[in-house]
Amino acid sequence: MSDVHAQSVGWVRDTLIDQQPPPVTEAGAVKWVRSNLFSTIPNAILTLAALWVLWRLLSGVAPWILNGIWDAPSLSACREILDGATGGCFAVLAERWNQLLFGFQYPSELYWRPMSAFLLLFVAIAPVLFYKTFPRQMLIFTAIYPFLAYWLIWGGSLLTPVCAGLGFVIGYLVYARLVTQSFAMGFFGGIAAALVFWWITGALNFTGILMMERVESRNLGGFMLNLILGTVCVSLSIPFGIALALGRQSDMPIIKWICVVFIEFIRGVPLITLLFVANVVLAYFLPPGSNFDLILRVIIMITMFASAYIAEVIRGGLAALPKGQYEAADSLGLDYAQAMRLIILPQALKISIPGIVNVAVGLFKDTTLVSVISMFDLVGMIRGPILASTEWNGVYWELLGFAALLFFVTCYGISQYSQWLERQLNTDRR
Amino acid sequence: MTTLSDPQGESFRLSMLLNDTRYRSYTFQFIALVCVAALFAYLGSNLMANLRAAGLSISYDFLGDPSGYDINQTMIAYTSQSSHLRASIVGLLNTLLVSILACITATIIGVVAGVLRLSNNWLVSKLMAGYVEMFRNVPVLIWIIIIFTIMTAVAPSPSAFRGDDPDASMVFGMIAFTNRGVYVPAPVFEPLGWVVLGVFLASIVASILYRRHARKKLFDEGVLLPTTWPTLAIVFVPAILVFFVLGRPITLDIPELGGFNFSGGVTLLGSLIALWFALAIYTGAFIAENVRAGILSVSRGQTEAAAALGLRPRRIMNLVVLPQALRVIVPPLISHYLNITKNSSLAIAVGYMDLTGTLGGITLNQTGRAIETILLLMLFYLAISLTISGLMNVYNNAVRLKER
Repeated sequence: MSDVHAQSVGWVRDTLIDQQPPPVTEAGAVKWVRSNLFSTIPNAILTLAALWVLWRLLSGVAPWILNGIWDAPSLSACREILDGATGGCFAVLAERWNQLLFGFQYPSELYWRPMSAFLLLFVAIAPVLFYKTFPRQMLIFTAIYPFLAYWLIWGGSLLTPVCAGLGFVIGYLVYARLVTQSFAMGFFGGIAAALVFWWITGALNFTGILMMERVESRNLGGFMLNLILGTVCVSLSIPFGIALALGRQSDMPIIKWICVVFIEFIRGVPLITLLFVANVVLAYFLPPGSNFDLILRVIIMITMFASAYIAEVIRGGLAALPKGQYEAADSLGLDYAQAMRLIILPQALKISIPGIVNVAVGLFKDTTLVSVISMFDLVGMIRGPILASTEWNGVYWELLGFAALLFFVTCYGISQYSQWLERQLNTDRR
Repeated sequence: MTTLSDPQGESFRLSMLLNDTRYRSYTFQFIALVCVAALFAYLGSNLMANLRAAGLSISYDFLGDPSGYDINQTMIAYTSQSSHLRASIVGLLNTLLVSILACITATIIGVVAGVLRLSNNWLVSKLMAGYVEMFRNVPVLIWIIIIFTIMTAVAPSPSAFRGDDPDASMVFGMIAFTNRGVYVPAPVFEPLGWVVLGVFLASIVASILYRRHARKKLFDEGVLLPTTWPTLAIVFVPAILVFFVLGRPITLDIPELGGFNFSGGVTLLGSLIALWFALAIYTGAFIAENVRAGILSVSRGQTEAAAALGLRPRRIMNLVVLPQALRVIVPPLISHYLNITKNSSLAIAVGYMDLTGTLGGITLNQTGRAIETILLLMLFYLAISLTISGLMNVYNNAVRLKER
């Protein structure tokens, strides 16, 4: 080879050329743009179309936001300030901020109470969400929180939520004592003890002891109502959902069919019909003279609704576990309750987390439906008192956009958290 | 083994009902049954007591009474003298109409968005991700209200179309967007027009037969017949020919401004459009995620194996990727259809007269028969849901992976 070249090639370089930078079109931003945006002709057309859409959106929305008026007493005043220019009238948000958050009937001097309940929610929920970062002792506060939050939002005597909490403690103590004999004994014994305690204390009258001003349920509203309904119903529906899912998987035909009928019925009807039930029908089925307030009835119905969906998610998790896990639990000699508590449920729930979060996000969005049965949640406030007022009649986009933004931030945050958690829990060795 | 099993011949003791695995399940089921029966008895007795106190009774007689209210969109003949039952059926048809429209639109939007989200075009895939996140994370009720507001508060009133230099004009000279609804042209069939429609339907059948024939030919004899162009030709050419030969027997009834409003054509109410599009884009975002997940679920090895066999990209998509992806896409897709049907009950928020608006709205308010109407309302929805999920099971069984 070298002989041939020695005659045909006049000159051969004997040193390496220094490394050259790649051509401009093959490096950096230009290369990225070429390969990601203009690789083929259809791709280029798509890019241009997308750019056009973006431009249309931005050119429409940007001046509206940038020229926005934040300080005006009414829409007509807003329009005077704008003087024909494009711009949003965000003053409605500033002026009606408290109404949007707390509803229009919550006593304004008590706003600190739901506000502190809201802030404490983060303290309570942090050790659950980020269980590796926060000390386990904080879970004690999480356990206390529901009762504290009830007291803060609704007011009344402190003893009422304390007794409710004590019922749980007594139930647990009885359970811990009896569970050594059999799980079923402990479980039902605990429930019975708690019920008896509540029945006794329910007859007592705590009026005047450690009182905070009482706020009626019908005075709750705004985004606070959405948050209350969302958190309460999701947290209540998880235990019910687990029970329903286990019931549906059960070998006992009667229990299985009760669960199947319940789940399929609830999943087959829209939430609105269940809210109608809460609004107009449920009262017929309660003891004559009893006076459940609307929010409690709504919580009952939404919890039933959410439990059915969560049950299906958890059933999926149970079904996804390899059969070997069930058999391993049996071969260790564990009984049903032990096998479920120690082996099956921890794994099944882990698999179900994304599904449960999906249901939770969906449910939180669905809490806006209560505006249809004339409760004044965020959407109800906007459509009702605010848009109907003479000052703000016609401020659609600012208000609806604000509501959409609030829900977007919350729901997107939750779904991002769930993805993060999934990565954390992914303990499989791959 | 014998030593491990429960001791035989032992006399029965009461505690065995709770502790012996042979009897325990009967005990539990009995307790559950008693609890449920007690619950129903308790609710039932409360119901009876409450009804007696209010002087009411459970009766469905009101269904035969004249309803006394008008419905702004009816697909079957209906007047305010018709019965409540007929009003409910009008509502049911309206529910089905908006659900079907929204299902079709949502599928189209979802498939397009899902595929575009997988595109190598960075900008387009980010834009689609933005669409999906934006619509998934905001309640559908808010979207319905937003679109309804566009339809009613932003669209011009019919009087804006009047005059020589109107503020608003009709799209393509045919479609008028007004705050009273959207007026679109309606096809008018002369007697011969039905012939054209018949020919069109027949040619669709013929094209299916042709494709089947081409497939059989390919499998039996290995001859590859072209399908795309012949199919298009078979479907459209005869119908168009017949249409012109018979002298254009199908015409369009274009809406015209007369008096204070448009007349002629078909009116799509603002509430219908709001509900339809809000449900479609909201659910479309969910379907887009499904489609994306479905396509991603087909492992790369499948695509590569097909490429190694020498298939072209389109055939890889049609013959290898899509059939496997559909198995993942379709079950959640159908549950989204169920969601659309159930969410269509939000019509009541914008005044579209669907089942919830007629039976659960005005009929309930006029007759005051809460228990009866809401039970009936739930049963209607339950029937729709069970039908759809029944169809889903049939389909699932048909496409299920045949395991050995």
